[in-house]
Amino acid sequence: MSEVTAKKKGKAIRKTKFDLIFDIVIYTLLSLLTLSYLYILIFTVSASFSDPNAVYSGRVVLWPVDFTLQGYQRVFQEKMLWTGYLNSIIYMVVGTLISTFLTLTGAYALSRKDLPGRGVITGLLVFTMFFSGGIIPLYLIVRSLKLLNTMWALILPGAISMSNLIIARTFFANSIPDGLLDAAKIDGCMNTRFFFSIVLPLSKPIIAVIALYYGIGIWNDYFNAMIYIKTRSFYPLQLFLREILISSQTSSAMTGDVLEQELLAQLQEIIKYTLIVVGSVPLLVIYPFLQKYFVQGVMIGSLKG
Amino acid sequence: MKEQSKTAVARRKSLRFRFSNTWDLYFFLIPTLVYFAIFHYAPMYGLQIAFKNFKTRQGIWGSPWANPVWYHFERLFSTSLLQTALLNTLALSFYSLIFGFLPPIILALMLNQVSNVRFKRFVQTVSYAPHFISVVVMVSMLFCMFSTTNGIVTRLLAVFGLGPYPITSEAQYFRGLYVGSDIWQNMGFSAIIYIAALSGISPELHEAAVIDGANKAQRIWHVDIPGILPTITILLILRSGSIMNVGFQKVYLMQTSLNLSKSEILSTYVYKVGLQDGDFSFSTAVGMFNSIVNFILIISVNAITRRLSETSLW
Repeated sequence: MSEVTAKKKGKAIRKTKFDLIFDIVIYTLLSLLTLSYLYILIFTVSASFSDPNAVYSGRVVLWPVDFTLQGYQRVFQEKMLWTGYLNSIIYMVVGTLISTFLTLTGAYALSRKDLPGRGVITGLLVFTMFFSGGIIPLYLIVRSLKLLNTMWALILPGAISMSNLIIARTFFANSIPDGLLDAAKIDGCMNTRFFFSIVLPLSKPIIAVIALYYGIGIWNDYFNAMIYIKTRSFYPLQLFLREILISSQTSSAMTGDVLEQELLAQLQEIIKYTLIVVGSVPLLVIYPFLQKYFVQGVMIGSLKG
Repeated sequence: MKEQSKTAVARRKSLRFRFSNTWDLYFFLIPTLVYFAIFHYAPMYGLQIAFKNFKTRQGIWGSPWANPVWYHFERLFSTSLLQTALLNTLALSFYSLIFGFLPPIILALMLNQVSNVRFKRFVQTVSYAPHFISVVVMVSMLFCMFSTTNGIVTRLLAVFGLGPYPITSEAQYFRGLYVGSDIWQNMGFSAIIYIAALSGISPELHEAAVIDGANKAQRIWHVDIPGILPTITILLILRSGSIMNVGFQKVYLMQTSLNLSKSEILSTYVYKVGLQDGDFSFSTAVGMFNSIVNFILIISVNAITRRLSETSLW
């Protein structure tokens, strides 16, 4: 608190003309930047609610023109969208649980300075950050484990991310006092019980951070699904979106009744905007509430550098 | 008290004691070790197929050695595609590094000057948003925005009498579009780490500078920037370490038949030759080449920065 008042005092005394102009420039630049971000986001949403013809002929500038829900009605008719959503949710929940559990247990063991062999094991794990076998050998391993075309191919190959492991390890090493462990030891507490009943309850913020990082990673991934999943009914949302948005294969469930070429092109345009909105809404709605956890994660990660 | 801790230290040193105290922790480690063995070290073992003629039936171990052993590397160095892909990989990385490294720092320095907390939080929240957009959605947004028929950016440029430019399809715009959209998407989120470092600078330094009559710009230059220099160095090393790992996901989505001459990078080439055409051995050789160059790069960058400054990764 005193720092803030001290800063304010300093400013009050010495607010020179230069500083004033400097402030104005900074506020202006930051406002422009923010507006540019907001504009793109608002425009996309507006386009998804506008008449196909208005979007196509460029009459949408900021707010929706000739408001309609046509895009959403057509998009929601597509069964694959729901399948994709459901699959993505399942993959995200299962994957996040597994990844978070593996990361926390591994990181805790490695955070214990009294663990024999800690240095060697850490070194072996860190080495994988700098050198990897590459995508083809990994694919062959996944294939030989018979994981192709299953949910596990999307979850297991990336189950532990080294950066999350390091964040968790740093947190455990710095935030769990050694005294706690000593006290628990005297009471005859095993490491396992110590971890589950004392360390974990003290680590809620870091658990949130790590679960969020994994969850978002799985939700936004299309690449693993593209190489490992062949059956369409197993597609996660992103792979389905790629099919329509990037490869422009609009499915007939959405546009089947429109035969005229020009109308079809217009319709496809707003279907794209609608899918962009539908595909990113979950995360964009949630993240402002979770913002503090992301910031925390970045800060803990930077402690160790 | 002191005596107790001393004996504790002595006892801790005995390996047997340490093991008896920690043996159950190895159960914690087993899943992690198994994971790294299967999904990281087994693929490294699988690298040997770069020197073999991989046959699915015979597996990694059973496939016969290539003749000569470096046959696939010979092929690799004789194709002109390698040159293009390597050049494109390096170019994309360097442009990302050069143009993408400063914006988050500048954003953080500017945000640090803002005393209105509400305004600061608002700018931060908005600038994080694009980071959460998936790469598929991001690329399709680019396609929509820059569409030559009715993209919003194209129309904005037309107001000034510019264009239309075929930005998303033609090769000459590819690098700019890739790097520019990357900056747009990640600038806000990457700034967090610098904002954190800036908040760690002692306010006394600023007060002293104010007393010495420094204006805001001078304080940024003489207090803020030296204060976050270690963070900048570490991040620069980390970024350089991934120079060969250009984001496959985005490049692959942005590829069109027209921009291939600039958008074909090593990893997309590996994917096409290996997983689409099924030439596993050759594509593994390409991937291995990529990994080795990357490994050499990160070690040299670390060595150089260690010599130049106190800060290094190890």
